[in-house]
Parts: sequence; structure tokens; C-alpha cells
Amino acid sequence: MNNSLWPALDAWLMASALFGPFVEFGFMRRALAGCVALSLSAAPVGVFLMLRRMSLTGDAMAHAILPGAAIGYLVAGLSLTAMTIGGIVAGLTVAVGSGLVARNTVLREDASLAAFYLLSLALGVLIVSVRGNSVDLLHVLFGTVLALDDAALTLLGGISAVTLVSLALLYRPLVLECLDPGFLRSVSRWSPVAHYGFLGLLVINLVAGFHALGTLMAVGIMVLPAATARFWVRRMGPLLVTATALALLACFVGLLVSYHADWPTSPVIVLCLGVLYMASLLLAPHGLLRHQRPAASHLRG
Amino acid sequence: MHMTTQTPPPAIELDNLTLGYERHPAVHHLSLTIAPGSLVALVGPNGAGKSTLIKALAGQLRPISGQLRGLSSQRIAWLPQHTELDRSFPIPVRDMVAMGLWHQVGALRRFSASHRAQCDQALAAVGLTGFEERSLDTLSGGQLQRALFARLILQDAPVVLLDEPFAAVDNRTTDDLLALLHRWHAQGKTVVAVLHDVAQVRAHFPLTLLLARERVAWGPTASVLTRAHWAQAQRMQEPFDDDAPLCEAETPAATAAPHDHKHSQGHGHSHSHAHTHTGSHGHAHPSAHATTTAPKATP
Repeated sequence: MNNSLWPALDAWLMASALFGPFVEFGFMRRALAGCVALSLSAAPVGVFLMLRRMSLTGDAMAHAILPGAAIGYLVAGLSLTAMTIGGIVAGLTVAVGSGLVARNTVLREDASLAAFYLLSLALGVLIVSVRGNSVDLLHVLFGTVLALDDAALTLLGGISAVTLVSLALLYRPLVLECLDPGFLRSVSRWSPVAHYGFLGLLVINLVAGFHALGTLMAVGIMVLPAATARFWVRRMGPLLVTATALALLACFVGLLVSYHADWPTSPVIVLCLGVLYMASLLLAPHGLLRHQRPAASHLRG
Repeated sequence: MHMTTQTPPPAIELDNLTLGYERHPAVHHLSLTIAPGSLVALVGPNGAGKSTLIKALAGQLRPISGQLRGLSSQRIAWLPQHTELDRSFPIPVRDMVAMGLWHQVGALRRFSASHRAQCDQALAAVGLTGFEERSLDTLSGGQLQRALFARLILQDAPVVLLDEPFAAVDNRTTDDLLALLHRWHAQGKTVVAVLHDVAQVRAHFPLTLLLARERVAWGPTASVLTRAHWAQAQRMQEPFDDDAPLCEAETPAATAAPHDHKHSQGHGHSHSHAHTHTGSHGHAHPSAHATTTAPKATP
């Protein structure tokens, strides 16, 4: 009955700088859908990563998946399936290998992970430089968020769904593994399940992230929203919600800015997260300024 | 003592137990039986192996040799000397304490209203009413220790192991927590606590194990905490000897007669011989019955 309204709304949407690109171009809608899927899963994973003090581990793991993706590329060319499987296998190998070394030798987690991921990274760089060309290398490093096909979107959606379901199931053991791992070990056998399960989620999200944003930027969408949210809220639930919202906001804004300014997308998205981080650092209740300054007044008790 | 439970839980039996790190014994050929429902103080000089023994009892350390019986079938609540608790974790006190209900809710089941009420009761029992919604990082050291005790209350385990639970805790809090220990004792729980305050041990703990890597004395507190026993405990050589020869009792020939080994040590301090003797064999002790039946009773 409102037939006259729709064309008007359509015209406004097309014209508006905020929604126009998404209405007009399929690749922008796909990019947005991919980023939404990625934000929904990577941001909560990032919150746990931060609470487990493993934010830099995320970065190391992102480098560790490179040779897997490169070998996948060697075998099957620029194939989504091959690179995904390769990335997951390489990531899990490094995660489990360094975990076993850390739990069974004198080396701590950080040193054993550093050893594994550096080897993995060197191997990846070697394979890419010997066999690939620079365009492929750019794909791997910076992702292809503006060229997501159906298969890639399905993969991102699937990884997102698997991550959310797994996090729901692992939530309590994972919280306890972060809060008091010794206690978890004394009351149940969930500790290794939580630890390796979480590393698995980390790896598949990095692989998802690397399809969309590239290996270098994939960690950004995990770590930055979590760190930013920490400036605002101090409870688990709000942290997860805020981090996800921040990731979604940065993706939306980042896609638009990159469209209008004709800049590469993934660094713009990460820089948007960076702007949010800096603003929160300055303004948020647990940020730099408010944290440093003693309160002007105090309570009676 | 066993009136509260229908079937008394098995005694905790240490049979020629040697624990340690990199083949150096931290606890050496320890044999004794702890009757169910005992309230035991574990004392000794630094490096005597107290924490190592608690860790082994908690199932966190595999023995080098010897046997540990009667614990595998029981739930254990364990408060280590240094918890791995991350105080910066963004969680309210009630949620941390609620993890003590793990044996009821596990990883997946929901917390019900009655679970919530249990948490609040436990917090009230340790004097932390009003702290339910506070963040962990706003608690003082003593308050955090109270919260950890509230978690132990909720664990409601038949065996409670405490490693220096009152270090850095003020007198009033210590008194409150000691009262809690007595309540657990009255409920028939087995409580083993590593302690340093000798007066406290005398006042509150019926049984004491004085450990200096090897067993110095074990039994009723008054007979254990003697000047002679302390002097003997102080003579323990604290650093490991890197060139130490193999312990003869570990070779197959010697393990065939572990009792002789123990006896020869018992004779070294003849005035305590009676206690050492009864302790190591579990005779004149209330656990005599459980000692003989426990291995068959536990699968």
C-alpha cells in the first residue's frame, strides 16, 4: 500500500554516503556480510585472548598459519579450500606442538611458541617468495575482503557459527581456565579441553580473518576491540557485547571510508579500530586520563 | 565422628611414599595412615616437603615410588599455597566463589536459584556478606582468602587440603577460618593443613605430622611437638646433594623389606618409638579398622 514510499527510500539510500555503496554494489554487501560474520566470532575470541594474556600469541599464530596457506597455494593455486585447510593444519600444528613443549619441558609457553611460529613464518616466507608472485603475496598479507565469493562467505559464516556454539559450550571451563587454572585442574579434566579447544578456535578465526583481512591484519579485529572494550566495562558479559559492537562499527565505517577514499580496506578497518582504541584510551572510565587523576570527591565508606 | 555419614570414607594411606623433583626426594619413604575425619596439622621447617606432600595428596604430583591409597574415590578440596588466581579477571566475587559448585553444575548445567542462595550463604559464613558484586581486584589479601574459603565451603568435599591457609591473614580472620575448620571437623571431613604457628597447632589440631623430608613424628599433637622432635627436624639438610648416591631402599632388593628400613629410623629417637611404631603400622589408632579394609573397599 505504500508503493510510493519504497522508491523514495531507495533513492535516499542510494544517494546517502552511509548506505549508498552497500545498496549499489554487490561486492560491498558481500564484504559487509563477511565482516559481520568475522566480527561476531573474532571479537569474543579476542576477549578471551586478552583475558588469558595471550594477545601477542594471536599475532604469533597469525604468522604461523602462513606456510600452511602457502603450501595450499602451491598445491592448488589460489584455492579457498586448499589454503583454508593448509592454514588450519599449520596453525593447529604450531598450537599443539608449542603447547606440548610448554607443558612437558622447561620451556615456558612464550618461548616454545616463539620457536615454533618463527620456524613456521620463515618456511611460509620462503615458499611464497620462491613459488608465488607479488600479487599473491599481497592477497595473503592483506586479504581480499572486496572480492569475497560465495564459497568464502559460506566459510566465514560457518567458522563464525562454529565459534559461537563452541564458545557457548566452553564458556565456563574457559572462564575458569583464565581465572584460576589450578582450581580447574583440581576439580575437573576440562583444563586441556579448554586450552586446546580455545587454540583451535583461535586458529580457525585467524584463517577466517586471513581470507577477509589478510594475515597481518586478522589479529587486529580480535585484539583491538577487546582491548578497547576493557576501557569501558569491567564484567565478562558486557565485555563480549561491547567488543563485538566495536568490531562491527569499525568494519562498517572502515568499508565506507575505504570505498569513498579508495584506500585498501583491511588496513582502514584496523585503523578505524585504532581510532576507537585511542579515543577510548583518552575518554573511557578505565582509560588513561580518568585512571590517572584522583577523584575530585570521595564517599564516606 | 562418623555419625554424619552412613558409610565412612576410606582412610588415607601413605605406604612408603617418596615424592620429589628430578629424582631428589622432597618427601622420603613416608608411611602413615590418616583416619577419616581427622584434623591434621602438617608442620616442619622450610623445604621439609610439606607442600610437596599436599600436592601429592591433591593428586597433582605423581609419586616417585610408594603408594597413596584411599583418595582416588573421594572428592578433594585443595587450597594451594600460591593460587594461580588471576585477580584482575573481570568477575564478581560471587561468580568466583560459585565455581566451588563445579561438582554440581559441571561445565554445562545452569546455576539455579538454590545454587545462588548457597553461594550467598557461603559468603556469609566467611563474613563477606555485601561483597557479592565486588570485583576480585578490590578485595584485600585477607578478604580474598575468605572468598577462597567460601569456595572451599561450596566444594563440600570429604577431604580438605590447605597449604598455609593463614599466611598474611589477620588474627580475627584466622580465628573465623579456624572456627570453620572445626565445623568441617565436626561434620566428619578430613582436614590436613600446613601450618607454621605452633601455638595455633597446639590449640586447634588434635593430630600433627612433623615432617623434615622424612617423618620425624606423627600422632597426637602434644606428643609430636616436643623440643627433641624439633631439634631432630632442624637437622635435616636443606639443599639437595647433587652427588647423593642412590637410595638403597629404592633398589628392588631393599624394597622387599620396607618395614625394616622404617624401624631402623624409628630407633634413632627411642622416646618417640611408640608413636612412630603405631603410626607406621596403623595399629593403636582409630583408623586400625579402616586401614585393613580400605584397600579392598576402594576399587
